[in-house]
Amino acid sequence: MRKLKESIIEKLILLCGLASVFFVVLIFLFLLKEGLAVFKTISLKDFILGKSWYPISEPAQLGILPLIMGSFLVTIGAAIISIPIGVGCAIYIAEIAPLRLKEILKVGIELLAAIPSVVLGFIGMVTIVPLVKSIFHLPTGLTAISGSIMLAFMAMPTIVSIAEDALYSVPKIYKEGAFALGATHWQTIYRVVLPAASSGIVAAVMLGIGRVIGETMAVMMITGNAAVMPNSILAPVRTLTATIAAEMGEAVVGSEHYFALFGIGIVLFIISFCINVTADLFLHRNK
Amino acid sequence: MRKQKLFLVMMMLLTTTFSWAASGKNSIQIKGSDTMVNLGQSWAELYMEEHPTDFVAVTGGGSGTGLSSLISGTCDIAMSSREIKKKEIDLAKAKGINPNEIKVALDGLAVVVHPKNSVSQLTLDQLAGIFTGKITNWKEVGGSDKKIVVLSREVNSGTHVYFKEHVLRKGDANSKEEFVPSALMLSSSQAIADEVATNTSAIGYYGMGYISPKQKSIAIAHDPAQGFIEPSIDNVLSGKYPISRPLFLYTNGEPQGLVKKFVEYMLSSEGQKIVTETDFVPIKK
Repeated sequence: MRKLKESIIEKLILLCGLASVFFVVLIFLFLLKEGLAVFKTISLKDFILGKSWYPISEPAQLGILPLIMGSFLVTIGAAIISIPIGVGCAIYIAEIAPLRLKEILKVGIELLAAIPSVVLGFIGMVTIVPLVKSIFHLPTGLTAISGSIMLAFMAMPTIVSIAEDALYSVPKIYKEGAFALGATHWQTIYRVVLPAASSGIVAAVMLGIGRVIGETMAVMMITGNAAVMPNSILAPVRTLTATIAAEMGEAVVGSEHYFALFGIGIVLFIISFCINVTADLFLHRNK
Repeated sequence: MRKQKLFLVMMMLLTTTFSWAASGKNSIQIKGSDTMVNLGQSWAELYMEEHPTDFVAVTGGGSGTGLSSLISGTCDIAMSSREIKKKEIDLAKAKGINPNEIKVALDGLAVVVHPKNSVSQLTLDQLAGIFTGKITNWKEVGGSDKKIVVLSREVNSGTHVYFKEHVLRKGDANSKEEFVPSALMLSSSQAIADEVATNTSAIGYYGMGYISPKQKSIAIAHDPAQGFIEPSIDNVLSGKYPISRPLFLYTNGEPQGLVKKFVEYMLSSEGQKIVTETDFVPIKK
């Protein structure tokens, strides 16, 4: 009887595990089926490297290079801002902060992660956008850099919590060894702890970037959404995610516009898949 | 105990949702144009006051969204600020849906700038130049030396399509003019109103219903010799204002039952009074 119960539960859990894999495969197949149909009307090269995105014109122009560049520009900007601050914050929490402060900081970071992105977008729209406009004397504040600043806030919790974990799991004897050799606290962090946790930190950064590139709502609200080849971080951009979100409602099901949006979905899937795999490789090297 | 209560409330919510969905006969779904959503809601509210047993739900999303839900059968009436495209008719026919067009009101598109902008009148050619990117500085149209920031609605907006076809392309079906790629695409008329209100070098467009003292509407001329026309209800009604458009409802076939009752209400003198109250232009006086 006990054995029977045991095996039923095991089977059930197995089923749950298989179901999630099954759904992922189904989603991926659906994405491929709908997305690849766009290449009946446009070649891969014209799709990826085309510079004009006018999906509802006759004939439609479906070049997504400006969108890819827009996504990358916003992401790189966000990475430049969030990596130093995020890693610095992780070092402080893991190595320097006294216990009380450590707990407070950790709760603070978790709270930051709990703010819905649309709320962050709204806050960005009324604070960062006018600020960027007046600081850089721009005609409009709806630019890539506004998006980067806002997204840096969204990547930070991921980067801090995973990097802090990696730093914390560096064996104590490493540090004790460094101290015993007469190294100062900073020398220990810089020369011993950071290199030992480096793969975990890289993974943290990659996962943070993955979060940024998939973010939609906040970006759509504050980057201006102009499908132009970006020539500076102070210009408006349109990202891959915002394009799908803004246009999916209109696209006539079965039209080339609809298929092109699924094509963008495939591109996004590939980008975030690569980022996650890289992060995973680094995490496993750590162990 | 508390959990039980919560469960009870959930069940009640569920049953009410289901009973709504089940009683399809005296409820209708209306979906579509953001321009018309306020109008549609006012109609629905007043109609439901008079007929408390009927239920009319109105949601926005854009003309294209409304038409595609009519085609997929998820709404009873689609509101649209543009005519249905041939592609959409074909798609609807393939699904056994027969779009029936009803003209319910007129709308003038206002072109707006910041109140401090010294430009207050433009010709249609100048407008087309600005929105296609041939004119990039305010001084080219008599303003101060400042770069023009072009604001547009997203492509899911009937307003976007109408403006492109009637201002950028001047109604020429063979024209290949497009919005300048650097135009900022904003997702709602309100977003355009907000940006114009704070940005002295911006220019945008939206339905007349959104005009407020925070923006200045531009007087427009087809031909400068005939004078510049302000966007006002009288000028749209007389046909003098150059950028005005009809607003449509689409139903599946001839309206029947509750849909018919509601359509008749919208076209009645009472319904058309609401059109005037929401800053649109009635088709019947």
